[in-house]
Amino acid sequence: MRLYAVVAAGGFRRYATYRTATAAGVFTNTVFGFIMAYTYIALWDVRPQLGGYDTSQALTYVWLGQALLMTSALMGGGFESELVERIRTGDIAVDLYRPADLQLWWLAADLGRAAFHLLGRGVAPMCLGALVFDLALPGSFWTWPAFLLSVFLGVVVSFAIRYLVAMSAFWLLDGAGAMQMAMLAGLFFSGMLLPLNLFPGLLGEVARALPWSSLLQVPVDVFLGKHTGWGLVEAYVFQAGWALALLGVGRLLQTVATRRVVVQGG
Amino acid sequence: MADTPAVPADEEREPAGFAFEDRPRPLEGIRAYGLIMAMWVRSTLAYRASFAMTLFGNLAVTAFDFVAILLMFTHVDALGGYSLPEIALLYGLSATAFGVCDLLLGSMDRVGGRIRDGTLDTLLVRPVPVLAQVAADRFALRRLGRITQGLLVIGYALVTLDIGWTPLKMLMLPMTVLSGAAIFGAVFIAGAAFQFVAQDASEVQNSFTYGGTTLLQYPPTVFAKDLVRGVTFVVPLAFASWLPALYVLGREYPVDLPQWVAFLPPLVAAGCCGLAGLAWRAGLRSYRSTGS
Repeated sequence: MRLYAVVAAGGFRRYATYRTATAAGVFTNTVFGFIMAYTYIALWDVRPQLGGYDTSQALTYVWLGQALLMTSALMGGGFESELVERIRTGDIAVDLYRPADLQLWWLAADLGRAAFHLLGRGVAPMCLGALVFDLALPGSFWTWPAFLLSVFLGVVVSFAIRYLVAMSAFWLLDGAGAMQMAMLAGLFFSGMLLPLNLFPGLLGEVARALPWSSLLQVPVDVFLGKHTGWGLVEAYVFQAGWALALLGVGRLLQTVATRRVVVQGG
Repeated sequence: MADTPAVPADEEREPAGFAFEDRPRPLEGIRAYGLIMAMWVRSTLAYRASFAMTLFGNLAVTAFDFVAILLMFTHVDALGGYSLPEIALLYGLSATAFGVCDLLLGSMDRVGGRIRDGTLDTLLVRPVPVLAQVAADRFALRRLGRITQGLLVIGYALVTLDIGWTPLKMLMLPMTVLSGAAIFGAVFIAGAAFQFVAQDASEVQNSFTYGGTTLLQYPPTVFAKDLVRGVTFVVPLAFASWLPALYVLGREYPVDLPQWVAFLPPLVAAGCCGLAGLAWRAGLRSYRSTGS
């Protein structure tokens, strides 16, 4: 356990090192937040109460999206390109000899990264957004820890998906295609483009049931107080269920891969 | 060719610059760009399955922006007073112009990384303009996806829109795409020059490139006036699609400007490229290697 805590702290420090990059990222998140906020205002001007949100809730959705974009790695990134590279070069053989579990090691590192991105890339754009626009901040103090738990579960789901992507490199060798597919799915089905409750009919129902909705839609709805009481428990069970299922598949693939695939390298 | 004796760079030239054979420097740059590009295309095609997936992905990722607009239009008939076909024209012009630029210069954000790890030095000692090497670095053929998608949306807009076409309006479309690509290109090059100052800040340029193209996909009436003024007068992205496209659509620009401004994009593009070129030279001259 102590080992993984150290790995997580290392993940945090690693990303915290690049301060200029963080500032640049905050700037970009803020610019995109502004662009999206204005388009949402135009949309909610015509249709108030669209998707069950009022305008300030819709704007909160935009800024939380910018805050969680890096934290929950909605568009991928974080660790999988590194792991894919290790698989491609054969360095993974060394990793498999280490007295640490491969999946837990990368999970710990990714949680450390997410913690930094929440603080470094999430808080500032959210505050700037709240200064300029009228956002729907939680009325109750307890909404904040409830939101953070939901974000945590979302990060684990996000990790589990990206781990699967990385595992595909054992068979495909070049992970670029799989990473891009995962990025597309994340972008579309997390609700980053548009809240999932605005998706029409069957598409909406499928999108809300897929794991990616745990990354943004569910945490935002917790933040906006859409899930309370048993509804909140159900939301957590949904997220945790996907997290466990996907981590399990990842573990299975890892076992198959390490048994069957000949490691690259000489 | 490479054995031609090197002319020592005097103060008038860039550090890496010396011409060989008798070609003028810009032509030499373009030729080098072509060679490096061909090399990257060959290398990309070595992993065909991955290439097919990334090409599709590149097309889809921009298509999603349009899908989001389509989804919005399942709830409304007009956004900011603009109908779907009108927004499709704005979207298509912006996406295509940006796509052309992204294909040709999309790797410019790697300069910061090269400065940090010292590999920029390798580029400086080669007898080829640095800008050409940096621009062609990791040339990504998959970026054709974005252009394809943009052109498809323009096609949809032209079929569904009811425009009183004049020869002038028809000329406006290719002119918009070309000068738009040049304006975005200037932003890419200026962004690369900025990375000489702040190596890790390459993401700032995403605000103006990816952010810019996203902004231009929506009608200007959606945004606050100050924001529209900013992208008209400070970073003249509005000339990359809004101003000429609104002329074609016969729409008013929210900021009061005379109509002939719609014909300025080529001039604005030339001006931007000139300034970006100066910024790049200044950046390259200020470059001090990581040492050792």
